[in-house]
Amino acid sequence: MEIFQAITNMTAVGLAQHMVNGISLGSLYALIAIGYTMVYGILLMINFAHADIVMMACYFALFGITTFHIPWYLTFVLTIILTALLGVTIERTAYRPLRDAPKNSVLISAIGASFLLENLATYVFTGRPLHFPDIPFLSSMIAVGGVQIQAICLFIPIVTVICLVGLLHIVNHTKTGMAMRAVSKDYEIARVMGVNIDNIISITFAIGSSLAAIGAIMWGIRYPGITPYLGVMPGLKCFIAAVIGGIGNIKGAVIGGFILGLGEILIVAFFPQFSGYRDAFAFLMLIWILFYKPTGLLGEKTTEKV
Amino acid sequence: MNTNKRNIMLTLAALVVLFGVACFAQTEIDSYVRRIINLCLIYAIIGLSMNITNGFAGQFSLGQAGFMAIGAYMVGIFTVPVNLRADVFYATPMHPWLVNIYFPLWLALILGGILAAVVAGLIGTPVLRLRGDYLAIATLGFSEIIRIVITNATPITNGALGIKNIPPLNDVRYIFLATAISYIIITLLLNSSYGRAFKAIREDEIAAEAMGINLFYHKNLAFMVSAFFAGIGGGLYGALLGTVDPKNFLFTITYNFLLIIVLGGMGSITGSMFGAIIVTGGLEYLRLFDEPLEVMGVVIPLFRPGLRMVVFSILLMLCVLFWRHGIMGTNELTWDKILNFVKHPLAGFRKKGVQGK
Amino acid sequence: MKMKKFVSAFLASAVALSLVAGCGGGDKKKAEEKKPEAAATVKVGVFLPLTGDNAGGGELEIRGIKLANKLHPEVKGKKIELVIADNKSDKAESANVAARLIEKDKVKVILGTYGSSLAMAAGNIVKEAKVPAIGTSCTNPQVTKGNDYYFRACFIDPFQGTVMANYAYSKGARKVAIVQEVSNDYSVGLAKFFIEAFKKLAGPDSIVEIANYQTGDKDFSAQLTNLKAKNPDMVFAPGNFTESALLVKQARQLGMKIPFMGGDSWETQDFLNVGGKDVEGVEFSSFFDSTNAATPEAKKFLEAYAKEYKGEQPGGLTAMAYDCYLIALAAMEKAGTDDSQKIRDAIAATKDLETATGKTTLNADGDPIKSAVVKTIKDGKFTYLKTVNPEDLKAQ
Repeated sequence: MEIFQAITNMTAVGLAQHMVNGISLGSLYALIAIGYTMVYGILLMINFAHADIVMMACYFALFGITTFHIPWYLTFVLTIILTALLGVTIERTAYRPLRDAPKNSVLISAIGASFLLENLATYVFTGRPLHFPDIPFLSSMIAVGGVQIQAICLFIPIVTVICLVGLLHIVNHTKTGMAMRAVSKDYEIARVMGVNIDNIISITFAIGSSLAAIGAIMWGIRYPGITPYLGVMPGLKCFIAAVIGGIGNIKGAVIGGFILGLGEILIVAFFPQFSGYRDAFAFLMLIWILFYKPTGLLGEKTTEKV
Repeated sequence: MNTNKRNIMLTLAALVVLFGVACFAQTEIDSYVRRIINLCLIYAIIGLSMNITNGFAGQFSLGQAGFMAIGAYMVGIFTVPVNLRADVFYATPMHPWLVNIYFPLWLALILGGILAAVVAGLIGTPVLRLRGDYLAIATLGFSEIIRIVITNATPITNGALGIKNIPPLNDVRYIFLATAISYIIITLLLNSSYGRAFKAIREDEIAAEAMGINLFYHKNLAFMVSAFFAGIGGGLYGALLGTVDPKNFLFTITYNFLLIIVLGGMGSITGSMFGAIIVTGGLEYLRLFDEPLEVMGVVIPLFRPGLRMVVFSILLMLCVLFWRHGIMGTNELTWDKILNFVKHPLAGFRKKGVQGK
Repeated sequence: MKMKKFVSAFLASAVALSLVAGCGGGDKKKAEEKKPEAAATVKVGVFLPLTGDNAGGGELEIRGIKLANKLHPEVKGKKIELVIADNKSDKAESANVAARLIEKDKVKVILGTYGSSLAMAAGNIVKEAKVPAIGTSCTNPQVTKGNDYYFRACFIDPFQGTVMANYAYSKGARKVAIVQEVSNDYSVGLAKFFIEAFKKLAGPDSIVEIANYQTGDKDFSAQLTNLKAKNPDMVFAPGNFTESALLVKQARQLGMKIPFMGGDSWETQDFLNVGGKDVEGVEFSSFFDSTNAATPEAKKFLEAYAKEYKGEQPGGLTAMAYDCYLIALAAMEKAGTDDSQKIRDAIAATKDLETATGKTTLNADGDPIKSAVVKTIKDGKFTYLKTVNPEDLKAQ
């Protein structure tokens, strides 16, 4: 009887641990997915470089703290600013010249930008992994009844929700937000109505990239091995998360992120023999959702875009 | 009709001459250059295959890596001599059903192509309903799934350990013939009513449908043909290297072919050929960026491994931004143009001669 | 408009740079043409992954080769010139580069590479060209098997796996869990030989769990939580150092205090940097003991390394690469520098050669017969635990 209790107790703790793992991974995915969805909502293009912007932000934060000895909170602010600048630069050089080009050209340009960032990072930072510095309290562990939680994992969902609320506010209740929505609906008409399209798109990229920076900092603290290719797989998965939630829809991206993060963890939890197929889960999920609900879970025509 | 006949004769003649060159290359040129030529030819097949969907049918697919993997593994699994297989599958023995099945290379190539096409057909049914970015990401997803399945299907594919001991094929003649045959078949297909249907779909799906073109059938056909040739290209790639493993077929390899068709011109057969040669050869040429450079005794620190890929990606970006249509755009290099070009400068030369008098 | 101007300026400078580089290359070629008349240099080809996924390993190995070249710059009065090429951690590139070294740079012997699949891609080329190659840290048995022209300086996975299985058993482990990087040939191979050896020692049910992850994964919490529930005595988790360091870190974060064991790839500064204090106490097999110089050559190596890379400990990879160079050097001393075939035969006959990791003797397959070392991490440093000789394993 006691043994039986121990087993049920064990699995309960195990399950709780799995849930915690899943939620913390999911909220990271959600944070990065918002960036994808923002850009997609306005430009209707996959910003393939988004994942590599995340990677660059990791390096910015890392070097700020380790090489330049800037206090971590200041570094985070600087990282967000630098990353926003990077995002805007990429938009101006790689996407703006192609605004009237066919969509596929923009997609190719995005792939090219991503390729360039990866190669540049490999060249400048070498391929050796660097350690993201430990942040005093965020990196520490908290034990709750046998379940281990890293402090940052408690923060990530909070940060995600703050970002979500802030973004929804910007999009729904400010003039810039209104302009964003206008551009997203029809940018020709928006232009005619006097919206400065280029500015709005730059702002979108700045916001999207700042979100990438926040995501990157969280990512770096949680998974502190930084390499030039670190963004590739998470980037794809976050994009998939955005599609699952309904691309262009901010709330959808968050939901998609959680579904993907939890799903990935739980599939390993319940079917350990399939742990080698873990990455396939995201892609299968993508294809499934595209097949049954191509607009995603929340991507209905009535919900607001952008 | 007459010019048509002439063009066909010219093409055949050119192929025969090129085959002669290939024979010459095989015996006279060192194995490094031969390897580069072979890689150019193989990349040309895969580039062409990608151009069928992306350039001609206008369906932006990024699944080439997966189809290559299928072809390469077909060659890997079935052309390794039976007595060497125990060595290859030293960790997990090969599946007993497969262990004694041996195919010659040509058969394995064709079967690899067919299997890739079948898989493409299965994938195509749900995926080809999507458009643009969605299609791109879904096909990319499938190519990753194929790779993950290959990684995990150890008794068949030897998993991450890969397959070694594939009889090496660094033979320009063989690979040239394969490329030539692929080229001819793809050209015939794209010049047939199917090819015109593909282009119609590319230009305007709704209009094409209104004209009575069965969208689903033609898209799927383009996708399957594309996969077939990607499979053949992948098989040759595996045979050229003599070894395959799943990491070869990460989705990033697809970007190589994307670059080839972008540079050559999306929707141009000859463009893909040029693109393959320029990209493969160019990457080899750019290798000097990776080597330390001394200018007048001073070592420039900028030149170290990695710079080559940076330069390469910058050139790619510039090409995409300022030279969107690539070398050929959607045009072809035809005999008429070549002959005109040959005649034209001659005419100009004659005029000058007259002036001289 | 401005943008266009900027870009065209950029393009122009890129082209100019390329031309300069081209000319620079040209100058070098001219210089090379003159050199053979003087016959003052011998070219040794090096191909390593300096970019791409395996760049970390390649970077460490190039250090060893450069260091060896610095300490032993000459053979038979001729200067040794290293021709270093990057194989981009890509198999097609690896094959190209090997062919290029042989055909274009006319090297007589090739050193490299990290990563068995990269080495295997070059295998047919060196075999065809009859130019010997010495692998630095490609531990897959297939690299040298059936290839008379590929040798290596490192031990192979079956041996390494057996060493660790024996070690785990001797430490009292009876229930072991495996975490393998399913897309990495090195990890899968090593895990497989470990499992085989351990099952022989502790019975068929002694492996309680085999968990998989993919190269590049960052999150292992699900696999580790499963593993924790199985409560094994030890975990064997061979793999790339980036992933492995994160894996151990996350295991500790989940409150797992079980010992972790791994393979030689863990012995890098990067593993320590990323893992920090969480990787304290992990145990892994290695090629050599950097705290105890086994030979005078090893002492030389350790001193030179300490001078060159202050504050870092030389890892097994660097030592292996150093050994590679020494094996090639000794063979050229014996067989001259002109004939690749003779150099090959001399390499094959390598016996009791003093290298940085002890005495090296190559067997019929071209693999060295050498002992492994078990190490741990203590106070942020790699610390020697035990030497395991091949004879010891046979005795058991």
